[in-house]
Amino acid sequence: MTNMAVSSSAGDPACAVKVRRLRKRYQGKAAVDGIDLEIERGEVFALLGPNGAGKTTTVEILEGHRRRDGGEVSVLGTDPAAGDRAWRARIGIVPQSDGATGELTVREMVAQYGAFFPRPRDPDEVIAAVGLTEQAGKRLRKLSGGQRRRVDVAIGIVGRPELLFLDEPTTGFDPQARRRFWELISALSQDGTTILLTTHYLDEAEALAGRVGVLAAGQIVALGPPAELGRSADEATVSWLAPEGIRSVQTSKPTQCVIQLSESTGGEVPGLQVRRPSLEDRYLELIAAAEQAASSESGAAR
Amino acid sequence: MIAAASQAGRLDRAASRLPSLPRQALVRGLVEIKLFFRQRESVVFTFALPMILLVLFGQIFHGTIGSTGVSFRQYFIAGIIASGLMSATFVNLGVSIAADRDDGTLTRLAGTPLSPVGYFAGKAILAFVVALGEVVALLALGVGLLGLQLPTSAGRWLTLAWVLVLGAATCSLLGIALSCLVKASTRSAVAVMNLPYLVLSFISGVYFVFSQLPTSLQRVAAIFPLKWICQGLRSAFLPDKLLVAEPAHSWESGRIALVLGAWLVASLVICIWTFRWPGQDRR
Repeated sequence: MTNMAVSSSAGDPACAVKVRRLRKRYQGKAAVDGIDLEIERGEVFALLGPNGAGKTTTVEILEGHRRRDGGEVSVLGTDPAAGDRAWRARIGIVPQSDGATGELTVREMVAQYGAFFPRPRDPDEVIAAVGLTEQAGKRLRKLSGGQRRRVDVAIGIVGRPELLFLDEPTTGFDPQARRRFWELISALSQDGTTILLTTHYLDEAEALAGRVGVLAAGQIVALGPPAELGRSADEATVSWLAPEGIRSVQTSKPTQCVIQLSESTGGEVPGLQVRRPSLEDRYLELIAAAEQAASSESGAAR
Repeated sequence: MIAAASQAGRLDRAASRLPSLPRQALVRGLVEIKLFFRQRESVVFTFALPMILLVLFGQIFHGTIGSTGVSFRQYFIAGIIASGLMSATFVNLGVSIAADRDDGTLTRLAGTPLSPVGYFAGKAILAFVVALGEVVALLALGVGLLGLQLPTSAGRWLTLAWVLVLGAATCSLLGIALSCLVKASTRSAVAVMNLPYLVLSFISGVYFVFSQLPTSLQRVAAIFPLKWICQGLRSAFLPDKLLVAEPAHSWESGRIALVLGAWLVASLVICIWTFRWPGQDRR
């Protein structure tokens, strides 16, 4: 499906987002420190990382809401720093926020934003898609935090964007609302919308994204399908009960290890366990390693 | 199917146009007007306050100005209309732009194909609608309750019209410019906009006869637009025999247009120089 969308875009670059050596400093401190990134059309890509890792800075640069200090950036074939209104009409943005508020009703707000785009979606359909049909006539000020955030999402998609940016979209959602939101994102992706989201929820990245980039201390420390994040060669742990106690081995070939064990014990291996670190274990390890490297580097610079 | 949809999307895009500037302005203008009249603070302070002051002062002040035989009521009604005009434009826009910056509206709008000109055109529509409503309400109150004499000739109506329009445009742009320069939060914007508004109201001949103010204050007031709007409105409402009570003994129509025009141009330059969508000026 992704491939078809790509091959049909003759003349258009195959990449929705292309980033080379992106850099951004605040008061001399690197917030984004040489990121390379490519996102294909039709892909759902998640930028995962702790607070302060540079996720929002990166996304804001891609949205044209922040200037970069170095590197090359192309979003839908255009440098965001020079993006014009026609380019803006092709992207949708859900910024990090506490949600839209004020004295407009949900319907008035969504219809207003639709009116800025050349081919908007029907506001009522969008309101239904984010699950706010019952609140459509309510003032934004009177909505709950999660409902306001869903208005943000409605505003982001009402313009029928080819590329949608979602900056921590589900912060403050209850589990049920998150589930519904995930379904909405899947539906948008099925319609061919390219999606770049940031999150610090692993399960969210796993549920939505085809690929994940882990950002730590301004650098991408891992990139790939969520199930393969940070997977290293000798990541399996084989343990068993030996006469002298519990023994364990780190190995990249757990099956072979078990066969050898079985041969040596002549059949059943007592207390046999083969464990792989969970996604969360590997993620936390990646982040810790990257932050340690960054702090020792800045320590050396001092 | 998906590929077909996205290809169709690309073809449509070539054919479909971005909304025109008048359309953007209209959409924004309607939103601005709804928001203004749904906010109790703006309706009470910006819209109702000048009317309350008009009625109050009407009860307090009587008598005539010096030997001119002109009723002081007639004099200060012209002043309060000028002051209401400044409130509806200068204070209103300055505060509403700060609020837009504060509550994330500017960030959201910046992420759409709305042009900054469309955004400001919406503000201009808001300012003109509120100012027009304000002036009409003050005139109705003045005529109905306080015996205000409406302009007596076509020429004076014309004066009323151009002073109001030029005054509203100047004060609107000045409010936008000040808001762009200060970049205050909503709460401090209320202070930042109201302080000059109140001070100018006291020294520009709104509540007192201008020529009776100390000369030093007259000189300060003469630098700013409100004094000239007041003078222009007096020239529309008051008979020429009041001219003996005017410092220049003339309505100085040319100078009014010149001073207001200069402020208009200066404010416009500041707006163009300083306004950026959020983030686009951050390095």
